[in-house]
Amino acid sequence: MSTTIKTLAVAGAVAAAVLGHATTVSAQAKEKCFGVSLAGKNDCAAGPGTTCAGTSKVDYQGNAWSLVDAGTCATMELPAMADGTARMGSLEALERDIPS
Amino acid sequence: MLDSNAPRFERLPNAPGVGYKPQHFSDILENPGPVAWLEIHAENYMGDGGRPLAQLRILAERFAISVHGVGLSIGGEGPLDPDHLARLKHLLGWLQPASFSEHLAWSTHDSHFLNDLLPLPYNAATLARVCDHIDRVQEVVGRRMLLENPSNYLAFAESDMAEVDFLAEIARRTGCGLLFDVNNVFVSATNQQTDPLGYIDAFPLDRVGEIHLGGHDEDMDETGAPLLIDSHGKPVVDPVWALYRHTIETGGAKPTLIEWDNDVPDWPVLMAEAQRAAPILQAALA
Amino acid sequence: MGGQTAFTRALLDPALAAPEGLVNPDGAPATKRFDVYRNNVAVSLIEALETGFPVICKLVGEAFFKAMAGIYLRRFPPTSQLMMFYGQDMPAFLTGFEPVQHLQYLPDVARLELALRACYHAADATPIAPETLQDMPADRLMAARFEFAPAMALIRSRWPVHGIWRMNMEDGAPQPGNAGENVLLTRPEYDPQLTTLAPGGGTFVAALMNGKAFGESLDAATAQVPDFDLTATLGVLFAGAAITRLNED
Repeated sequence: MSTTIKTLAVAGAVAAAVLGHATTVSAQAKEKCFGVSLAGKNDCAAGPGTTCAGTSKVDYQGNAWSLVDAGTCATMELPAMADGTARMGSLEALERDIPS
Repeated sequence: MLDSNAPRFERLPNAPGVGYKPQHFSDILENPGPVAWLEIHAENYMGDGGRPLAQLRILAERFAISVHGVGLSIGGEGPLDPDHLARLKHLLGWLQPASFSEHLAWSTHDSHFLNDLLPLPYNAATLARVCDHIDRVQEVVGRRMLLENPSNYLAFAESDMAEVDFLAEIARRTGCGLLFDVNNVFVSATNQQTDPLGYIDAFPLDRVGEIHLGGHDEDMDETGAPLLIDSHGKPVVDPVWALYRHTIETGGAKPTLIEWDNDVPDWPVLMAEAQRAAPILQAALA
Repeated sequence: MGGQTAFTRALLDPALAAPEGLVNPDGAPATKRFDVYRNNVAVSLIEALETGFPVICKLVGEAFFKAMAGIYLRRFPPTSQLMMFYGQDMPAFLTGFEPVQHLQYLPDVARLELALRACYHAADATPIAPETLQDMPADRLMAARFEFAPAMALIRSRWPVHGIWRMNMEDGAPQPGNAGENVLLTRPEYDPQLTTLAPGGGTFVAALMNGKAFGESLDAATAQVPDFDLTATLGVLFAGAAITRLNED
């Protein structure tokens, strides 16, 4: 591809992205809502805060290693292996690099 | 940044306030009821931006704000954390809150933050150290702070001063004010089998710039003796309301905060709890 | 050993006796009363980790997570008073934690959850108008370098981390796909957005983040993915209010 054709292609791709963005924004009702998180979503990304309260809960030092199958990792259908067999909950390393 | 450098609220009103929880943001703006001021934990507003600071800027336009720190470790054996002091100075600088308070406790040791308010013995050595730390804080942030009495679960054999005397002497030496937590008085007195009324009557109430009220849990120690835990997860109990009434009748009306940090209820429940303080304060102001 | 050194050590090690000199009202040595502080520290930090890593918690189950968090907090107590950032060592911890060795995607999921929190609390920033790119002659655009909002982050994983995250956090979300994912975190207003980039998008954005010029970044992406969709990837950056500045040398 010559430099001119490439820059033209880039200009076209950029223009399409700008146009696409303008369409999306006008389609959304942009509420100026500083405080409330998106409707129906918990503000889970806030993370933990500090506390000045104590607790009456007790820290049991239990060994719960056998319980890992109680989580969703056991029901998640993870990517198939190279030979096509699905691995439930025990995914082996995929033999490939970071995706492009 | 707020629109003007001048603080809108120079001091907390002698009225009920609550500990601010983000889930109450819309409710507070729509219907604050008797709630005239809000308290935040300093550390939760030391991020760089985003919703927490946006909410705080909006609330600070309408309500007096009390910044209540939990991480300075004023009772710590080591020096104060200069990074944390700088963050605190920054927050107090842009927000210009009506009040700033911290705890008579430690929470950091060898650069590990333990996320709890830990106890210290009361004697001449710890008194000097706490006073040095408060002097340093007040110098760095450029304002007077309030220091809160703790909830005690145990005592130190090496203590030779009463907590009331310890706090009074800190206030005298450093010029700081005090934050009087009535639930902590009740919890500590029950746990140490002492008289809460005696503590209140000995407390320098003229130094008190703010009062805390909160709920606690009930447990027992290994001997079967009562062990109360300052859990902030329930309504304030009637004996604490009675001690509060006594405090206000003795010391006059003070800004009064309901702390509810665990199992946080819906806004109407928290507002109703704050409402219980209103007539007691109004009687003292009349 | 100073009083608070012994106190701290005993707080974090339940096998140790309570420090000497702590007493009950009757003068007897405190045991259960010291445990109140132990519980306050351990339970509050475990709950902090549960709040910070909701997807890891769901993946391994709550009972397992609490037990694992109990080990984590003793190995990596907080080093900052800012609890919203607690858990920075979780990916490395999970990589080495024997009972989850078969769940090799966990460290990347933890990285995503940490990045979400950083995104939420990052400094506010004003994006450039998308038209700025269009208005710039293409040869100048090719040489320009981008600055991004502090809230933007890119998580590149061999695992379908966004799919795993969605399956655990969104009602009715499908099972994860079977390929690695490049997840872009942006914060157009106050809510972090996660978007899986089209093939080549990870390489393109990573190059821009590393300070490579637009043209050079594009070349890197098209070298890997010949039909790299520039329009789609720019669309994600625009929608995420992610580009804050174009620098021309």
